Amino acid sequence: MSLIEIKNLSVCYPSRRGVFKALQNVSLKVEAGEIHGLVGESGAGKSTIGSAIMGLLEHPGEISAGEINFCGQSIGALSDNALQQLRGSSIGMIFQDPLTSLNPLMSVGEQLIETICYHLKLSKSAAKDRALALFKEVEIPEPEVRIDQYPHQFSGGMRQRVVIALALCSEPKLLIADEPTTALDVSVQAQILDLIKRLVKKHQLGVILVTHDMGVIAQTTDKVTVLFRGKVVESGATGQLLAAPQHRYTQSLLSAVPRSDKKMSRFCQVSWIEGSQPLDNRAFAKDWQGENNLNLGSQVPMLEVKNLSLSFKAKASIFAKTPAPTKAVDDVSFSVNYGEVFGIVGESGSGKSPIPRLIPRLYNPDSGSICYRGESVVGKLPKQQLQSFRRRCQMIFQDPYSSINPRMRVRDIIAEPILLYGLNDRKGAYQRVDKLLDYLGLERAAALKYPHEFSGGQRQRISIARALATEPSLLICDEPTSALDVSIQAQILNILKDLQSELGLTMIFISHDLPVIRQMCDKVAVMKAGKIVELTESETLFTAAQHAYSQSLLRLMPNMHR
Amino acid sequence: MLFQGAHLNNSLKPRLWNIPISALSSERVLKRWQGSGLGFVFVLNIVGAIGLAMYKFLLQRLVQGVLVMLVVAFVAFAIFHFLGDPVNNMVGESATDADREMVRLQLGLDEPIVVQYIKFVGNILQGDFGISYRTRTSVIEQMAARLPATIELSLVSGFFSILFGIPMGIYCALQPKSWLTRNFLVGSLVGISIPTFLSGLLLIYLFSVTLGWLPSQGRGGLISFGWWDTSLLTLKGWSYILMPALTLCIYQLTLITRMVRAEMLEVIRTDYIKFARARGLSNYIVQYRHALKNSLVPVVTIIGLQLGTVVAFSIITETVFNWPGLGQMFIQSIEFVDIPVMSAYLIFVGAFFVVLNLIVDLIYALVDPRLRAA
Repeated sequence: MSLIEIKNLSVCYPSRRGVFKALQNVSLKVEAGEIHGLVGESGAGKSTIGSAIMGLLEHPGEISAGEINFCGQSIGALSDNALQQLRGSSIGMIFQDPLTSLNPLMSVGEQLIETICYHLKLSKSAAKDRALALFKEVEIPEPEVRIDQYPHQFSGGMRQRVVIALALCSEPKLLIADEPTTALDVSVQAQILDLIKRLVKKHQLGVILVTHDMGVIAQTTDKVTVLFRGKVVESGATGQLLAAPQHRYTQSLLSAVPRSDKKMSRFCQVSWIEGSQPLDNRAFAKDWQGENNLNLGSQVPMLEVKNLSLSFKAKASIFAKTPAPTKAVDDVSFSVNYGEVFGIVGESGSGKSPIPRLIPRLYNPDSGSICYRGESVVGKLPKQQLQSFRRRCQMIFQDPYSSINPRMRVRDIIAEPILLYGLNDRKGAYQRVDKLLDYLGLERAAALKYPHEFSGGQRQRISIARALATEPSLLICDEPTSALDVSIQAQILNILKDLQSELGLTMIFISHDLPVIRQMCDKVAVMKAGKIVELTESETLFTAAQHAYSQSLLRLMPNMHR
Repeated sequence: MLFQGAHLNNSLKPRLWNIPISALSSERVLKRWQGSGLGFVFVLNIVGAIGLAMYKFLLQRLVQGVLVMLVVAFVAFAIFHFLGDPVNNMVGESATDADREMVRLQLGLDEPIVVQYIKFVGNILQGDFGISYRTRTSVIEQMAARLPATIELSLVSGFFSILFGIPMGIYCALQPKSWLTRNFLVGSLVGISIPTFLSGLLLIYLFSVTLGWLPSQGRGGLISFGWWDTSLLTLKGWSYILMPALTLCIYQLTLITRMVRAEMLEVIRTDYIKFARARGLSNYIVQYRHALKNSLVPVVTIIGLQLGTVVAFSIITETVFNWPGLGQMFIQSIEFVDIPVMSAYLIFVGAFFVVLNLIVDLIYALVDPRLRAA
């Protein structure tokens, strides 16, 4: 008898505009001591499976057909009360974001003890002993001290351990982990996945691991089920499925994952999902009035950053001694040549994020110099000079949802910088918007729409169009694809590559994703704690990393081509 | 403390003091309270929970509060000094120039403005707000006589709005589709839209004129403890305070209901509530122990500030019901251009807001551990 067996499960969300089928005819089995991966892109219904098992489908979702058997017992037949008993006591669940999964007003100990008391009917002191034992089990150091602390006193990885401890309170048989490491750094991710693997072995847990990350699937799971738009397209033992995918969707999905083992000229796209036409834009490149191609042979680098430092100070107080400022960027130097893609890689808190804000002077550095085409752009500048520098240096942000004004039409969003810098009148600007939309593979009709009518990938194209509107020569991309699905990521990265080769753009590319860095960049700086620990040609980094930290990052990188 | 003070120096007291004691506490209750040391433990908890950083934070707030009060005092001083000539208000029409000059010297109006301001602040600190132009009595005495009426009115109305507003808000959030929720929400819209003077008049028409249940004007059924007259200890007193308090609370009630509902709906959607459900905790624990506490954090601020507004702007209600409180006094002082009373009222309202804000900050820190650490 399987631990859990799902047969022909269908879940639908009825709405005024018809029924949305989130899951159709999904069947899968999980045995005790097995990690079963669910993989797919957003909207594939992978999280819905977990919610359906827990009986936590959001209103108005409902199970329209099929059944879920847990230890031979049908979950659909259980009363609400019995289902609630089952949650937590026999089935545990952990969520994606450990920062928001814990009640901020209760100490972690209180939350643990509450749950233990509720399920195991223990006394408070016995519950506390068990809570301490659980903390030891999930390897939280100094459990006696940590147990009385509040969630905000824990780091992301530690919080996810607390969440796991909470999910394991009453020794469940099945653990549903919904993207448990997506919000974590690669080194922390490796530790958490290790922990889950150890717990599975020790307690003979069954785990359903929901993720979009093929690397995580490859390294952690025993079996995997690939979902596409609510349907199972393929299922099987992990090694076999990854090595020889049968279904075309699985094949294209796997090929869209950026490879870390070799550099390719372009990303394979998930052609099976969205027909993305190749870009034909010679005309556009000719129209480009930028001065990018002029200086390709120049001796002076386009951008030269020397001894750049920035610290964030705590607000001054008249009573408390002001705490020592945090050095976010500490003595960083690098230079970017014309037509080059310069990558910056690091974990959260490494200082890679302030740099894209320092260069266009959104932040002012404490010390150091930034030279653009040999001219300094730090310190007090005439407004005109700063404006013309900023016009040449445009940014693409991480989150395509919050980086575009939702109340403006796409046409006005893209035209805004053109008008701001007075490059053209409104009519001319709109003409240019049309050209940009053509160039980025969006229909011209898009100009009159509002951002909410577009998907994440399309929005990122809009923000690229906005960045290109002023004919920049330096494009700063701050994690441009980390909020996107892998197939969309491939499209966006291809667009950026094309831009770079056709327009001779220079790019600074910030990412935490090493395979993406390898595919995109010519040179890479690895950052840790505000400092550059290694700066080298990107191929050299991946073949012969020098610094211990770079080596450990490379080692920890989940890799499906291993 | 107030009660103990009254206990010591009021000869009227023993008879009255007996009423609440016998009503409230059998000896058993008293003993349990003392035996468990509950009060003491509670105080210790507060001290323990706040921590050193919090004291610094509070001290900082206190300093800010003092600065705010100095500015308010300056405005009051400016009104005093520049709004008409105080000498004209003091002396009769037949006074000679020499008389005026003498009064001017007596009042110290010949000194530099800074010195006058410092003296003004010094007087306020000693409780000397000057003499009312209208009644020729000391302003502080006049205010002290009226303070209890306003404070009791605001507290009772604040109490009503919290007592009904929070449960109504919770109900609206947890049962969003029920017919009662719809009625609450429509009703709250009406409550917000109708101006206070109108709802007051409507209440008077219904309960005093038509039904004849409640008195429409003034304050009665008073029992005094020292200088504090309370209407909360007799049925008659309550019959007087009920309608003005209801009138005053309608707006707060709707505001609190809507705030609690909105906050609760937001908190229920958060990940930690989902996770609490996924741990199989009961609905009761999830909704009341996890969701409610988190929703109330921002509500506390609003309640605190609203209580300030209630006190400060009970003017209309007090006028409608002829309630002998500070608001009424303020209106009268405006009619007579009674500047010392006006500036004293200004300072009182300012001080009240500063103190309330301080209390709100303290509650915030007690509830939210993230603030305690900061």
